[in-house]
Amino acid sequence: MCRFVGLIFGVTFALSGLITSATAQTAQPAPPVAAAPSEDGQWVMPTKNFAGTRYSELSEINTDNVKNLQVAFTFSTGVNKGQESSPIVVGSTMYILSPYPNILYALDLSRPGAPLKWQYNPKPDSAAQGVACCDVVNRGPTFANGRIYFTTLDANVVAVNADTGEEVWKTKIGDINKGETMTMAPLVAKDKVVVGISGGEYGVRGWIEALDAASGKSVWKAYSTGPDQDVKIGSAFKAFYDSEKGKDLGVTTWPPDAWQQGGGTVWGFITYDPDLNLIFYGPGNPGPWNPNQRPGDNKWTNGVFARNLDTGEAHWFYQWNPHDLFDWDGINENVLLDLDWKGQRRKVLVHPDRNGLLYVVDRTTGEVLSASFYHAVNAHQGVDLATGRIKINQDKYPLQNKVIRDICPTAPGAKDWSPSAFSNKTGYLYIPHNNLCMDWESVEPNYVAGTPYIGAEVRMIPGPGGHMGEFSAWDIVAGKEVWTIKERFPAWGGAMATAGDVVFYGTMEGWFKAVHARTGEVLWQFKTDSGIIGQPTTYRGPDGKQYVAIISGVGGWAGAIVSNDLDPRDGTAAKGFVNAMRDLKNVTTKGGTLYVFKLP
Amino acid sequence: MKLLPFIICLGFSLAACEREKRDFRTAPVSEESQEKTALVSLSPGSSPPEQEVSGKARSFEGNAYHLSQGKRLYAWFNCNGCHANGGGDSGPPLMDDRWIYGSSLENIVQTIREGRPNGMPSFRGKLPDDQIWELAVYVRSMSGLEPKAAAPSRNDDMHPLPSENRMPPSSPVPGGSASPSATAPQ
Repeated sequence: MCRFVGLIFGVTFALSGLITSATAQTAQPAPPVAAAPSEDGQWVMPTKNFAGTRYSELSEINTDNVKNLQVAFTFSTGVNKGQESSPIVVGSTMYILSPYPNILYALDLSRPGAPLKWQYNPKPDSAAQGVACCDVVNRGPTFANGRIYFTTLDANVVAVNADTGEEVWKTKIGDINKGETMTMAPLVAKDKVVVGISGGEYGVRGWIEALDAASGKSVWKAYSTGPDQDVKIGSAFKAFYDSEKGKDLGVTTWPPDAWQQGGGTVWGFITYDPDLNLIFYGPGNPGPWNPNQRPGDNKWTNGVFARNLDTGEAHWFYQWNPHDLFDWDGINENVLLDLDWKGQRRKVLVHPDRNGLLYVVDRTTGEVLSASFYHAVNAHQGVDLATGRIKINQDKYPLQNKVIRDICPTAPGAKDWSPSAFSNKTGYLYIPHNNLCMDWESVEPNYVAGTPYIGAEVRMIPGPGGHMGEFSAWDIVAGKEVWTIKERFPAWGGAMATAGDVVFYGTMEGWFKAVHARTGEVLWQFKTDSGIIGQPTTYRGPDGKQYVAIISGVGGWAGAIVSNDLDPRDGTAAKGFVNAMRDLKNVTTKGGTLYVFKLP
Repeated sequence: MKLLPFIICLGFSLAACEREKRDFRTAPVSEESQEKTALVSLSPGSSPPEQEVSGKARSFEGNAYHLSQGKRLYAWFNCNGCHANGGGDSGPPLMDDRWIYGSSLENIVQTIREGRPNGMPSFRGKLPDDQIWELAVYVRSMSGLEPKAAAPSRNDDMHPLPSENRMPPSSPVPGGSASPSATAPQ
C-alpha cells in the first residue's frame, strides 16, 4: 500500500516537474518558426519576416551602449513628401524607395559613406497624385529571388534586378481614372507577388491580386465586395461566426449595387503562415465613409481574410467593424504568433484595430479569443465574444446632416497603418498609436468615378490628456498595457524591437528614439531634419557591426498639413486631421532623408 | 406730388432688376468659351504676355447667384474631397494667396477644364461651360477675392472656418509652389 502511494507521489512529482518545465518553455508567445526564421543579419522585407514581428536577434546595440549611437551616413531621397517606407538590406546593399515618383535607390554598404550603386525610376503618371487620398506615400520595397519588388502610385507592380537595377517586368494592374492607386509593400512568398489596391476614399471596389513572381502575370484576383465568385469564397470557406455565413453576402449586405463602389481596399501589410499556406490581410473601409448611405453589414469590408496563397480561395473571414461608421479600415497589421491560451497552445494573429481594441484571433478558424481596449473609446463597448460582434454606442451613431461631437477614436482610428513590433525576448507587442477624438457629420456625396467619395465633414481634436500620440508596450496574453510613452503628435511611424532589449520608433517632431523594451525608459534620442513617419530597420553591416536605419520626412495623412502645405485655418483640411495638427507647421518642415546609426 | 414716392420706388425696383443679369438658357456641354490667357507674367520682349479675354468673366464676378451656385457645385462634384473647405487635402489649398496656375477667373476656368499635371482632373465635357465659370468664381471667393456683398455667407454643414464673405482678401501671389514631387529627380 505504502509502496503504491509512493509510486503515485513519484509519478505526480515527475509529472508536475514536466509540466512546469513545459510551461516555462512555452509560456511566452513566439512567432511560428516557419514564418520567422533565425536571424541572418539582413532585413529583406518591411515586416522583417512573414510573421510581421519586426524583431531582430541582433544585440550588439543594447540598453547599456545605445546612448552612444551616432550617425554613420545619410542619404537624400530627393522627394520631400511623407516617408512611410522602410530601408531594406540584402547582403551588402541597402534599398530605399521614395514616395511618388517612387524612385528606388541601391546603396553600397561595403564602401565608406554607402555611395549610390544605382537608381531606378519607374516614371509613374503624375496625375496619380490627384487620386492619392493621404499624401503620395509608399510603404516599402521587398526583396526575393534576386529581385526587388515594389508598387508605384499609378498602380504598377515592378520587379527590378537587385544587382543591376534593370527592370525585369512592370505590370499595370489598376486604373487611376477609377481612383485606383498603390501604396502598399508587396508580400512575396513562394513564387507569388501579392499586392492590393488603394482608393477607399474614391469609391474603389477593393481587391487583392497575386502575380507570378517570375513574369508579373496575374495568377488570381479576389475582390472585397460582390458575389462569392468574385470574392473567391467557395467550398474551402468556413466562417466561425453566423454573421459571416450565407450566400453572396458581398451583395446582400449592401443597398442595391452599392457594393460596386463599396471600398474594402487592400493597402496594409500582409502576413503569411507557411505551415497553413495562408495569407492574412484586412480589407479597408466601405465606401463612402457616410454610413447612413449604405445600410447593412457591408461585407467583406473592414475585417480580416485568411486566403490560400496559391489559389486565393478564402478560408475564413472575421469583420472587425460590421457596417463601419467612421472609416475604420481593417488594414492594420496581423502579427502571427503561437501562444498559450487557457492551457492550450494556439496559433493566433494579433491585431490592434482602428476601433481601439487589440484582438487575439485563432488564425486557423477566425475565432476571437480576446479583444481588449488599448485606447480611450466612447463609440462602442467592445466585442461580444459569443457572437463576435462589436457593441456600438448609439449616442455616437452618425445621423445625416447632424454634427455628432466628441467621438473617440477618430477616422484614422486609435491606430492607423503604423505597424507594431513584437519582441521574442520580452513577449510584448510595441504599438505606436494615436490619441484623438473627433466631430463627425454625415453628408451625402455623389459618386463621380476618379473623384473622392467620402460624405463626411470631420474635424479632429486631441484625446483625453491633450497629447495626440502614444507608444505602448502590450502584454498580449494578459490583455493589458505594460508601459506607455505619451507623444505630442500621433505616433505615425512603425516600431522595431531588437534582442538588445531596445525598441526604436520616431516622432512627428523628428526625434528618433531608442527605449528600454521592459520599462519604456528613453535611452537615446536623435533629432532628424524632419518629422518621422517611417519604419525603422536594423541589420549587420559588411563590417560585422549592427546598424539602425530610418527614413525621416513628415507627411502621410497626419502630416499632410506640412507635406502638402495645407492651410491651417480650415479645420476640415486633410479630412479633418488639420484641426488637430495646426501646430505641426511650427515644429517641423518637409524632408526626405535616410539616417543610419551605429556604435562608435 | 402723390406720384413721386411711386416713381422713386419704381426707379429703385428697376435699378434692382439691373443688379444681376442671368441667362436662363445656358450653353450646352458641347460649347465652350475661348479665352486667350497666359499662365505667367513673363514674355520675351518688352511687352507683357499677349492676352485677349472675351469679357464673359464680368457676368460672373461679383454675382451672388453664380457664387452660390458655384458653392453648391463645389460639393456636388466632390471638389471638397480634394480641396476640403478651402484648406486643401490631396489638392492644394484654395483659401490661401498662392495661385500655382493663375488667379484670374479665366485661369481658373482653364485649370478646371484642362486639368493640371499634378493631379487636377480635366472636367472638359463633363459639365456645362457656365457651371465651370460658376465653380471658378466661387473658388475666387474662398480667398476673399469676390465682393463681400455677393460672396456666400453660410455653410449648410459644419462650419470649420469664417464664411466666404468674411474672408479677408489676400492679394494673389502668382506661381505659388508646384508640388515638390514635380521637381523631384526624374
